[in-house]
Amino acid sequence: MPTQRARTAGPVIEAHGLTKSFGTVRALDGLDLVVRPGEVAGFLGPNGAGKSTTIRVLLGLLRADGGTAHVLGGDPWHDAVALHRRLAYVPGEVDLWPGLTGAEVLDVLLRLRGPVDTSRRDALVERFDLDPTKKMRTYSKGNRQKVALVAGLAADVELLLLDEPTSGLDPLMEAVFQDCVREAAGRGTAVLLSSHVLAEVEKLCDTVTIVRAGRTVEAGSLAELRRLTRSAVTAVTADDPAHLAHLPGVHALRVDDHPDGARVSLDVEDTDLPGLLAALATLGPRHLTVQPPSLEELFLRHYGDVA
Amino acid sequence: MTTAAPDVHRVRVRDATRPGGLDGTWALLRLAARRDRVRLLVWTASILIMWGYAAVALDSLFPTAADRQLRGQLMSSPAAVILTGSGFGLDDYTLGAMVANEMGFMVLLALALLAIQTAVRSTRAEEETGATEILRASTVGRHAPAVAAYLLVVAVNVVIGVGTWGVLVAVGLAPGGAAALGAAGAATGLFFGAVGIVTAQLTTHARSASGLALAVLGLAWVVRAAGDLRAQGGSPLSWASPLAWALQTRACVDTRWWPLGLLVVGAVVLLVLGARLGGRRDLGAGLVTTRPGRAYARASLAGSVALAVRLQRGSILAWAAGVGLGAVATGTFTDSVSGMVSKLPQLGDLLGDVGALVDAFAALMVMFFVVLVAGFALSSFHRVRTEEQRGRLEVVLSAPVARTRWLGAQLAVTLGASVVLLVLAGLGLWAGAVSVGDGSVSAGAYVVAALGHVPAVALLVAVAVVVHGWWPRGSGLVWGWYGFSAVAAVYGGLLQLPGWLLDVVPFTHSPVLPGPGASWTGALVMAALALGLGALGIVGFRRRDVPAL
Repeated sequence: MPTQRARTAGPVIEAHGLTKSFGTVRALDGLDLVVRPGEVAGFLGPNGAGKSTTIRVLLGLLRADGGTAHVLGGDPWHDAVALHRRLAYVPGEVDLWPGLTGAEVLDVLLRLRGPVDTSRRDALVERFDLDPTKKMRTYSKGNRQKVALVAGLAADVELLLLDEPTSGLDPLMEAVFQDCVREAAGRGTAVLLSSHVLAEVEKLCDTVTIVRAGRTVEAGSLAELRRLTRSAVTAVTADDPAHLAHLPGVHALRVDDHPDGARVSLDVEDTDLPGLLAALATLGPRHLTVQPPSLEELFLRHYGDVA
Repeated sequence: MTTAAPDVHRVRVRDATRPGGLDGTWALLRLAARRDRVRLLVWTASILIMWGYAAVALDSLFPTAADRQLRGQLMSSPAAVILTGSGFGLDDYTLGAMVANEMGFMVLLALALLAIQTAVRSTRAEEETGATEILRASTVGRHAPAVAAYLLVVAVNVVIGVGTWGVLVAVGLAPGGAAALGAAGAATGLFFGAVGIVTAQLTTHARSASGLALAVLGLAWVVRAAGDLRAQGGSPLSWASPLAWALQTRACVDTRWWPLGLLVVGAVVLLVLGARLGGRRDLGAGLVTTRPGRAYARASLAGSVALAVRLQRGSILAWAAGVGLGAVATGTFTDSVSGMVSKLPQLGDLLGDVGALVDAFAALMVMFFVVLVAGFALSSFHRVRTEEQRGRLEVVLSAPVARTRWLGAQLAVTLGASVVLLVLAGLGLWAGAVSVGDGSVSAGAYVVAALGHVPAVALLVAVAVVVHGWWPRGSGLVWGWYGFSAVAAVYGGLLQLPGWLLDVVPFTHSPVLPGPGASWTGALVMAALALGLGALGIVGFRRRDVPAL
């Protein structure tokens, strides 16, 4: 990602060993998170894993019980106001003032940051196809979310904190949102994107941090994480491929009849892919696809096996 | 197919003949009772304790017939007529007559308030948050929420009515009179509960629905007071007020029951009206439909103060209208003070000269509006909690806005609006008095008298700030303190409360104005306390988590 405007040398967000309890409930239990300048970072985890709590700590709204957190080089609790000039936040669910119009809410929120770039605001209103003259209470959930999104995206900032920002948006608007995030990243804005829409994370994010029960269970670039798991291979071969099952790193092999010979599908550890391909080449392959592991598989692996 | 068709047909017929508008009422009633149980218990206990305390205290303070006779003469003063009623049984002031006359009206007001709150909380408030939508999407009929709310009102009023009877008989009142007092209170609760049901159909916000119902209550009070001031025992004008109907049972004096019929009939008429309105409207809608608004915010809508003003604008204007008109109406009662003294010279002997009497009356009227404005101040400040609970505060604080600045803006708007309302109250009282030819207290004196209570109001708000900063869930306690203070400030003299209890009421430390010899020491101490506590509260708010759990 280009970092034309990276004003901070070190990481934009750097949190280590964050802990936070609410009464007897431990919401964060040693969470680590690093986001570098210009990076779009995915933040994944099941409901209640501590994603929103982390973001609120990074905003200085909650005070962590333990661990360290730095945002844009500052302390999120003590330097909250100064840091907030340089970042914007979009919550996933907020009941903004029902008696104000969408436009009034937008202007109020943007003016808290100083003079408003009206053309940027209007362009976003246009792109998200939002009727700003309606009262907030008359908006549907998706339209309410658009107001929060435009308020966050219209600010000129170095860091965007997005907490499930596309909840309630239709697919068309999700695409607009993805364009906006890409443009922001292109300007050098770092983005922390908490989301359950895996396709969105896969399309947008350079890195992914997966949390569970208040703890980071996996973090790295999407490419690195993919290396940890298996690719899905399907091929049509002239010769019988059944013996491939004995190769190292091959799992879930299945063979079906095919007019051109046999159709084989299997999963393979990425490290064992070269050996498999060499073996396949000797079987007279007519057709071959290798699919990298989807984020969904990665995700399910970490979510699913609840200890 | 041939066997299935008749079944389908039968189902349709049954659905058509059974609209199911009341399905789920019982479940909703239990839900509301469960949700409000603490609140209802506190109210019930407070009212019953008040009855018992009043009877015992009045009995010990005025043990002989001669003592009570003297007291009875005092109760014909205009201030007493406004605060209690037209004064039945003053000629033969028995303990029963005394309890009924001096406590009855205050309890009626409390019960009306409770009924309005209970009705709106389970109807429009739930509709506003969206809870009703989920319920109505289940097998819950259109009218079930309102009917369940009203059944809760009925249940609470029956319990309090029977309890009142029990307490009063226990302290020695005649069973018939005690029963009339209990029933009068319950019937008043039923009437104003029905008012609440109707106003809940009209507005989209619960806050406005309660406000509208309270305005009806206030109007009923003003009409009742104006009517009762015209003649002892009430004039035809009194009968225009539902609050008079309960008093007109003449409980414990010459008990008659039929005026309660008016309340019950009135409640039924209102409920039918409410059902009509509720049956025609969309879920979540009021009478006024929303129109498109601005495509850009006004340039002036920038910053925390402007936002707070914008959000409270409607409520502040409504309060200004209510306080202003109410003050003018109340101010017109002033002429009856001098009139009453000329009719009853012995009243002058008891209370001092006419000038002092007018001053005392003015001070009491001012106090009355101060208590109202303090209620506004507290409810205005407590919006900070809603902002936090709905997630809006997070969004605002994620912009470069310091917590101190944001909370300071809320306080500035709350206190600024309170000062404006107090000035309006003072001017209104003066205008009312002048309109009936009594210019003995100047406009300035009224305004200064009202503003003398600013430190007391500020202290009340400052305590709310401390609670909000350090223990946000405890805001109910501040309301409890306010409720007690409001009753004690207006009725403290009548209730003969002990001095230490009156000392916790901030308004009693304000200078007693208009009139000579007022002391400002208490006001200065309260101002200093308010500043200190306000600062302490802000420190707490800066240190704690947002949102607080």
